Amino acid sequence: MNIPLLSFIVFFPLAGALFLIFVNRENEKVIRSLTLIFALINLAASLWLFSGFDGGTHALQFVERHAWLGKGIEYHIGVDGISIFLLLLTTFLLPITILSSWTYIKDKVKEYHIFMLVLSSGILGVFVSMNMFLFYVFWEAMLIPMYFLIGIWGGKRKIYATVKFVLFTMIGSLLMLVAIFFLYNQYFKAQGFHSFFIFDLYQLVLPTNVQIPLFLAFALAFAIKVPLFPFHTWLPDAHVEAPTAGSVILAAVLLKMGAYGFLRFAMPMFPNALSKFLPYLAILALISIIYGGLMALIQKDVKSLVAYSSVSHMGLIMLAVFALNLEAIEGAIYQMLNHGLSTGALFLCVGILYERTHTRLIDDYGGVSKQMPVFSAFFLICMLSSVGLPGLNGFVGEILCLFGIFQANKVLAILGVSTVILAAAYLLWMFKRVMQGPIVHERIRSLKDMNKREIVYLVPIVLLMFFMGIYPKPFLKKIEPSVSHLVKRFEERVLLTDKTQGSDYILPEVKNDQDNPQEKEDQNP
Amino acid sequence: MTDLFWLIPFFPILSTFILAVFGTKLPKKYISLQACFAVFASFAVSLISFLGLLKTGPEQLPLLKTLFSWITAGKFQIAFSLQFDSLTAVMTLIVSGVGFIIHVYSIGYMAKDKSYARFFTYMNLFTFSMLMLVMSSNLVLMFVGWEGVGLCSYLLIGFWYEKHSASNAGMKAFIVNRIGDAGFLLAILFLFVHIGSVEFTAINQAISGNMITAGFATLVGILLFVGATGKSAQIPLYVWLPDAMEGPTPVSALIHAATMVTAGVYMVARMNMLYSLSTTAGNIVALVGALTAVFAASMALTQNDIKRVLAYSTISQLGYMFIGCGVGAYAAGIFHLYTHAFFKSLLFLAAGSVMHALSGELNMQKMGGLKKYLPRTYYPFLIGAIAIAGIPFLSGFFSKDAILTSAYAQGNYLVWALGILGAVMTAFYMFRLIFMTFHGKERLEPEAKKHLHESPPVMTLPLAVLAFFAVVAGYVSLPAVFGKNLDWFGRFLEPVIHGHAHHISLGMEWLLIFISVAVAVLGIFIAYVFYISKTHLPSQLAQKFPFLYRLLFNKYYVDEAYNALFIQPAVKGSELVYKHFDLKVIDGAVNGAGKSANAVGKLLSFLQTGFIKDYALIFLVGAILLLGYLLF
Repeated sequence: MNIPLLSFIVFFPLAGALFLIFVNRENEKVIRSLTLIFALINLAASLWLFSGFDGGTHALQFVERHAWLGKGIEYHIGVDGISIFLLLLTTFLLPITILSSWTYIKDKVKEYHIFMLVLSSGILGVFVSMNMFLFYVFWEAMLIPMYFLIGIWGGKRKIYATVKFVLFTMIGSLLMLVAIFFLYNQYFKAQGFHSFFIFDLYQLVLPTNVQIPLFLAFALAFAIKVPLFPFHTWLPDAHVEAPTAGSVILAAVLLKMGAYGFLRFAMPMFPNALSKFLPYLAILALISIIYGGLMALIQKDVKSLVAYSSVSHMGLIMLAVFALNLEAIEGAIYQMLNHGLSTGALFLCVGILYERTHTRLIDDYGGVSKQMPVFSAFFLICMLSSVGLPGLNGFVGEILCLFGIFQANKVLAILGVSTVILAAAYLLWMFKRVMQGPIVHERIRSLKDMNKREIVYLVPIVLLMFFMGIYPKPFLKKIEPSVSHLVKRFEERVLLTDKTQGSDYILPEVKNDQDNPQEKEDQNP
Repeated sequence: MTDLFWLIPFFPILSTFILAVFGTKLPKKYISLQACFAVFASFAVSLISFLGLLKTGPEQLPLLKTLFSWITAGKFQIAFSLQFDSLTAVMTLIVSGVGFIIHVYSIGYMAKDKSYARFFTYMNLFTFSMLMLVMSSNLVLMFVGWEGVGLCSYLLIGFWYEKHSASNAGMKAFIVNRIGDAGFLLAILFLFVHIGSVEFTAINQAISGNMITAGFATLVGILLFVGATGKSAQIPLYVWLPDAMEGPTPVSALIHAATMVTAGVYMVARMNMLYSLSTTAGNIVALVGALTAVFAASMALTQNDIKRVLAYSTISQLGYMFIGCGVGAYAAGIFHLYTHAFFKSLLFLAAGSVMHALSGELNMQKMGGLKKYLPRTYYPFLIGAIAIAGIPFLSGFFSKDAILTSAYAQGNYLVWALGILGAVMTAFYMFRLIFMTFHGKERLEPEAKKHLHESPPVMTLPLAVLAFFAVVAGYVSLPAVFGKNLDWFGRFLEPVIHGHAHHISLGMEWLLIFISVAVAVLGIFIAYVFYISKTHLPSQLAQKFPFLYRLLFNKYYVDEAYNALFIQPAVKGSELVYKHFDLKVIDGAVNGAGKSANAVGKLLSFLQTGFIKDYALIFLVGAILLLGYLLF
């Protein structure tokens, strides 16, 4: 690759943001249009990248590696089957969120769009960083624009929500930072040179008792991000107060970083510690499913309801991650995309309503379908996708997750199936109270149906929901090699550390993983 | 021609797509034409495939068509593939055939509705989903159809969503069904992990290869049956079906009588090899079926809502089908499914015609004496009632008799006795309905009487067609007492259904037939006495046994009990947890931490720039920690 396409995708939004600084703030239309164009260019670039992505291998692709600050701190990025679709999801949603805030954001338009662009650069950076230092920089940097997006354009309790959001996240990431440097030091001790390269650090075989504190530090950071029960309370507040676009990005992409972190770091680096804590983590995930579902059931605020539904859905994804087998993790990654689409779309739908009525309370609605039939159809499809109706995307991920969990532990799967009932209950009940029944509030009578702009940004999501539900093969095929490699390596590593208990140890073949000859994928023993 | 069978479901889905996107812009005439034609095309291809199947040898069954590989992840491989065998043929013919008649009827019934396009979109989508359900060659794809019909049921029950009762009923149907679906899903997981495939052929091979123990078959059989109790409205999940009558009447006829609710019966029959491994599972199916048959019939005795009587009747009749499947007479169960599709959709459509005539009146206490005003509705209705009551020689007689005889032959006398008890009630409530509606005194509201009119031909003609089938449909399977080898239906299903028939003597069979006919006549006679000759008797009885009457009239308070036992605790409990745990304990801890961070921030007062300070402060702490760490 001669063109640094991946770098382009990561930094183009940032460049766009810099460009916007020089645009007159009065020209709001220009600012909006420019941001949209930047977002679309980025989407096109990522699709181009995707067309060149080789789905047959687990190796890193589009790798760019340059010296940066020295001592192992390098600019090193790449994508594989685990991250490629998360990257695409991010670039796919950016133009949609820009369109969704077209009339919603009236205040400080310029700053808003700058922060949106910076935010997406930060997120993209997290997913492609192969150097832990770089990863941490993006991980933290991304918080700043999110902080301002909620803090400036948020609702009534925005300050409380932002501080809470930042506090939660910072506590987790601080401990993770310490762990990263400890790992870095251990690697230096074992190997004699510095490296922050993730795949180098994979080779470090630490005794279980050393793995445990490191794992806990990483796990806490990611569990907060997911969020797993009981670290979830920042999420409803952040969602409720955030502007629509903020909620969409938060639910669709930011939460995925937690699950991604487990797959990218916690699972390959600390296999023994993970195995040891697996029962507890799995139970937390299971509690998240049921607890999130029950809490969603009784929320009075639609956004809060969708936020708790996220806790429940992410719980299933995490339970699948902790099942540690091919089908479960493949399902988990697929379900991350589905959740991104369906929950993102639900927030967009709520945003459409909020923009018209300026209320999010379920009791303030009722009978909206009569006034907004087109919206009703879109909302229904998005809701059904979230419920996991077969034929739409959610089902494919859900059944793969459940199948994988079932293979690992039947009891967990049996209890996890309750999500099927809970999701139907809280979403349909909400839909009933908001959209159906007679109109009781006068202002509902004056509601206008969706306009063209709103249809334009929801149609791609809905089409993708159908496509991913009916023909998931192109996605799964590209995810599978990476996941299969991840699972196999995990299993080997668990055995290996058991044999070499005691001292620090480095795997004999310290080589970059992508240099290895491609292994034959063999899933059917 | 049979190789084109896979086209069957695609006509309705194509039509759905067109109607969903352009529906509001199309003229009503075109919408109905397209929707009906799509279902008719499915019926035509089903018929052609069926005729082709008659020539195909059983060893080539089932015909398979894999369209593409659907979900592929590691060991989880699911193909989007359809199959066609004799059981599927029967089901596709019923679904598309009865479906077509009901589509035609809907043209008249829905003529004045403003959401005409939406109605036919849902109806076509339903037909597609139901065809997928019966044609898929594996359990996961079947689950797609299974949930798809559930969705359409939800949408169509709540079709008039502005009414609270309608939207509540739709929601209830979907959620209750989901409880059953969770069981179905678990059964799929158990089978998939155990066998490595959920293709029906693979499951049957695994059973033939002794890969499945009786205990495992019991477990999976029960889980599948949990799914069936949801979709086919059996105890304990039947509660959604009576409320489902909120939907337009053609919907009640198509979805909540003739097709969707029989999906559970189809599923059990499809998995008959599994059930034949486990007598426990079979006995549970038969017993639940028998109890439901009696329980639902008893609730139908006192209802005054014409559609609700029919709804409880449907639940009860579905119970009979499960008796058949449970005692191993799968062919008899499917046979009853097939005859029931005709006479029950006939009864619903006729009831719809009555409602249409009375401007939407459902209460039978405000009817009576309608025979002379609505003759073209009355006679088909009467035929349907005779058929369901089990009077020889209409279709219901043959199929109900086949089931009860099998139950007796298998030695399951309790189930047989319950079936007989249900049969008396069936005859009674059906003729109670006929007498209260069409005979006796006129109790019409003056307003309704003014608009009283017979339905248009587009509605009465379908009644005539269905009435014809309600009479003759039974002759494809005659009991052994009429001669050998007259069970053509059972033989046709033989390649799919490996039932082992228990034989009883011809004399015994004659006796059984005599008993079931006698109780049917008895039921009709009691209804005649109560509602024609001595009309004061019912209220006297109700006064004499107030407790029993109230219990029946309030449907045993089952809805109230479920609400108190499950729904209220879930909602109230969650509210308590939310208030006292989520907001107080977890958030309390967080807010405490936040406050102390603020206090520290105030202490270090060199950073007072608002809220960025918190962030900056923590970042600073982080940087210090980091530096400290790097230094040593």
